[in-house]
Amino acid sequence: MTTPQFRFAYQRSPDQSAKTPVRHPVVIIGAGPVGLSLAIDLAQRGIKVVLLDDSDRIGEGSRAICFAKKTLEVFDRLRCADKMLEIGVRWSVGRVFQNNEELYRFDLLPEGGHRMPAFINIQQYYVERILAERALAMPEIDMRWLNKVVGIEHLADGARVTVETPDGQYTLDADWLVPCDGARSPSRGMLGLEFKGEVFEDQFLIADVKMQADFPVERWFWFDPPFHAGQSALLHKQPDDIWRIDLQLPADADTAEERKPANVIPRIEAMLGHSNFDLEWVSIYRFQCRRLDKFRHGRVVFAGDSAHQVSPFGARGANSGVQDAQNLAWKLALVIKGQAGDGLIDTYDHERSDAADENILHSTRSTDFIAPHSTAERRLRNAALALAAHTDFAKRMVNSGRLSLPHAYQGTPLSTDDSTSWTGGPVPGQTIPDAVVTTPDGDRYLSTLLGKDMTVLAGADCEIDWPADLTILQLGKGIADSHRHIAARFHLPTNGFYIIRPDGHVAARFQHAGTQALQMALARATGRLAKAQQHV
Amino acid sequence: MSDKPPQKLITSNQFADPDAAFRALVEAHRGLTDEQSADLNARLTLLLANHIGDISVLREALDLARVSLENKAK
Repeated sequence: MTTPQFRFAYQRSPDQSAKTPVRHPVVIIGAGPVGLSLAIDLAQRGIKVVLLDDSDRIGEGSRAICFAKKTLEVFDRLRCADKMLEIGVRWSVGRVFQNNEELYRFDLLPEGGHRMPAFINIQQYYVERILAERALAMPEIDMRWLNKVVGIEHLADGARVTVETPDGQYTLDADWLVPCDGARSPSRGMLGLEFKGEVFEDQFLIADVKMQADFPVERWFWFDPPFHAGQSALLHKQPDDIWRIDLQLPADADTAEERKPANVIPRIEAMLGHSNFDLEWVSIYRFQCRRLDKFRHGRVVFAGDSAHQVSPFGARGANSGVQDAQNLAWKLALVIKGQAGDGLIDTYDHERSDAADENILHSTRSTDFIAPHSTAERRLRNAALALAAHTDFAKRMVNSGRLSLPHAYQGTPLSTDDSTSWTGGPVPGQTIPDAVVTTPDGDRYLSTLLGKDMTVLAGADCEIDWPADLTILQLGKGIADSHRHIAARFHLPTNGFYIIRPDGHVAARFQHAGTQALQMALARATGRLAKAQQHV
Repeated sequence: MSDKPPQKLITSNQFADPDAAFRALVEAHRGLTDEQSADLNARLTLLLANHIGDISVLREALDLARVSLENKAK
């Protein structure tokens, strides 16, 4: 196995010599894509973070490989996306085969004027390395490698963590503790929290192989392929001539046996028709769709796979985890700075729980389609596949994984409902589309102009005395809609405006409104409505 | 009803959420024996055939189902 590894040095922290536990505003457990994203985002907001990781290295297998547009936009705001785009493989086309026949192809390529592609494939260890390098360069982040959390205790207004290091144990206190320690989250166990859901019977073999191949950069998925009868298979390109292969195994397959290269290699030879490849990484897993009932427990807030786990077809694991981090970061920062009440963290639970449910729903449907539970279900699945060659409706039912899109927060207490009728554009709770606008410095992507806090995108005739803590993007005042993207994608009237949250979701939008509506919507978007109402 | 224009079998997707429709069919079979599933399918066929209420559309659907069955047998 030639997986590149990146090592970091353990350093003793002065906290380890303290007589009483040192208290920190935020302690994050786990330096994976979720923990690192959260740490960087908080640091960019001026919040000090301690990041604990039980290891001192990155790079045990590729693991997550598909990173979606919304996630790349998050990484862009963390100033990490360019390096990922440089390494990553862009793709937008997927093909679905039954046996040797192509059932259909899809193209995720969005319209022009988006800074980020629909997806890039890049090994998780590259993503982690790029994030870790950024985090290590930030004075607000105290990275502690080989710091393994072995105990968590709730405090009245925080949490106490016991940490094991090469120099022995120490304890530290956190106002907020965020376990991002993955699907097997030891933190969950320490707090006795149940991880509820479904574990599926079928097993999948994941292998990363290194080979020179001229397959197109596309996602290929087979139902019942000639080289792997009765099962399913996936082939997808990664950087460095690495190819991800997923092969479905029978439910009763012997995991220990199947993992052996002597058994893996013939399966891949059958698929590729040659043996000119090197095996980089092998893993076997069962699909699982599980979640915590609540993501927030007092001052302990779970994010990423530690809070919810889905099966991998659909790229919903790492992507949703990074979006958890993005949702939590701005809220935690406001609460820690005393600019919002601690109830704002409950809206993280609300919004990301809904997102997790949506991911679990899609993931369960895909899993059931790929691996039917019974003869009757298999028959129904095969009927859809058979009819897909002849009819559009059946094609639409063929499900090899519905790829991750950002969740629209419906029913969130932070949104203000539309009070007038709109002909289009993102509704409150949805993420904004990207667009190109013209500034005095030339054309810029809208996604790069958003502020750290709330942003207003306003029409040219809006005459409001904007509060100073907003980022104002007003047409005719420094930005121009020369490409007509704002008109086409936002349906923004000249008197109207959108309020965009720090995570790129729409908080409210008005076709014509004044300062009072703006103030109310801003108060609602930061969980301060009750207070604001008293003032009005 | 005789003045109704002749109907054609619709094969384009009509569901807002095709995955949800497929899922509903799958769930209907959960916990049934294979024989019960076959019985369920027969009942469902009759219900949906009556809902279509047009013998020419029904015949068209039957032909398409048979063609895809024969293709598979090849």
